[in-house]
Amino acid sequence: MDILDTFFNVPVLIRTYPLLLWGLWVTIQIGVVSIVAGLVLGLFLALARLYAHPFVRGMARVYIDVLRSIPILVLLIVIYYALPFLGLRLSPFMSAVAALSLVSAAYTAEIFRAGIEAIPLGQFEASRALGLSPRHLMVDVVLPQAIRIVIPPLTNNCINVMKDTALASVVAMPDLLKQATQAQALTANPSPLIGAALIYIALLWPLVGMVSRLERRFAQADR
Amino acid sequence: MAPSFIHIRDLRKRYGSYTALHGIDLDIAEGEVVCVIGPSGSGKSTLIRCINLLEEFEPGSTVILDGTPVKRGRALEKVRAEVGMVFQSFNLFPHLTVLRNVMLAPMRVRGLDARQAEGRARELLARVGIEGQADKYPGKLSGGQQQRVAIARALAMEPKVMLFDEPTSALDPEMVGEVLDVMRLLARSGVTMVVVTHEMGFARQVADRVIFMDGGRVVEEGTPSQIFDAAREERTRNFLGAVLNH
Repeated sequence: MDILDTFFNVPVLIRTYPLLLWGLWVTIQIGVVSIVAGLVLGLFLALARLYAHPFVRGMARVYIDVLRSIPILVLLIVIYYALPFLGLRLSPFMSAVAALSLVSAAYTAEIFRAGIEAIPLGQFEASRALGLSPRHLMVDVVLPQAIRIVIPPLTNNCINVMKDTALASVVAMPDLLKQATQAQALTANPSPLIGAALIYIALLWPLVGMVSRLERRFAQADR
Repeated sequence: MAPSFIHIRDLRKRYGSYTALHGIDLDIAEGEVVCVIGPSGSGKSTLIRCINLLEEFEPGSTVILDGTPVKRGRALEKVRAEVGMVFQSFNLFPHLTVLRNVMLAPMRVRGLDARQAEGRARELLARVGIEGQADKYPGKLSGGQQQRVAIARALAMEPKVMLFDEPTSALDPEMVGEVLDVMRLLARSGVTMVVVTHEMGFARQVADRVIFMDGGRVVEEGTPSQIFDAAREERTRNFLGAVLNH
């Protein structure tokens, strides 16, 4: 059996690609929901970390540091296999989304914090001197400027979340990787894995390229 | 006796062990133009930054603006809305056009609709002589133009008092005049102004009262001619000698 037959077996790929595409759809669902939830939670965490009551600020910091230290796979297994003992039983989809967005929120919070802290003090002072409320100061003055700074690192984080969706396969979620390993077992041939790899690359390469382009554009605009 | 328009009593400010203000007493009348001069580190910027609480002062100090105490709490945003401030470094919002810079606070704080706010903004931009730049972003303007936008932005709130914190210190020399011209017009129109400045010509010509500060204290105050021509304190004479003869 030569290498092409083993890893690029076209009949096998043709037979299994509907499974892979179905897996891709599940992967995208998990990824997009986790990214959006992580962004929202992360923004609130960042604001809490910067401006809340000292106690809440401390809690936010502990959350951010712990969630950045824990391997997502471990968190996912805890959520899926341990929480039911406490009476909280989440579906595989919800478990995957919970693990991914809880961790993503911690990283997102640090990105937002850095973005907000990069805004010159004069912007805060000018807003306060005009009588703007803390909410308008954030929404109208600080965040629109911070977004520009955080878009490249946020996109990087999105790429990581998308890749980490593959971990959902350990809780029996039929995502792209799970479908590929099942197809591999079914056909006794690893070509579906290579197919899955190619699909991941096709999905994420454009995002990776986008990060570089954005970074270059913002670097020029700053000059 | 009713407190004056701006009433400051025993205003003290410390940064750790360093005392920036040693108990300032100051009363400013409505419509008065007060220029605060003095060497760097004398506390003059700290003084005006306490009037809208950009700088937190020590407990026991009193700042009252038109009958309202300036202090932390719910009323602070209201007080700040009544105090226009112009900074040394302009602090325009770089992501908004000139017009939007001037419109923002009247819409968000005063609740004006976009049409009203735009009308007021265009009027003010014309008053400071930059109506032609309304749709540009601040980064495209010269320093003098940016500072004039900043003045229009503060005026758009129709404040009771305008604070100027060294408004021309960051400008190229050829741009100083255009900003001072706008401030001169304001002073003549009866706006209450407190101006921290190194522009002695401006202070002499425009101020109703000049305050000389050094070491966190008011050393001497009086009319421009009392200060510039007949200072009683030696510290005042030394300072003026140093800045006027160079």
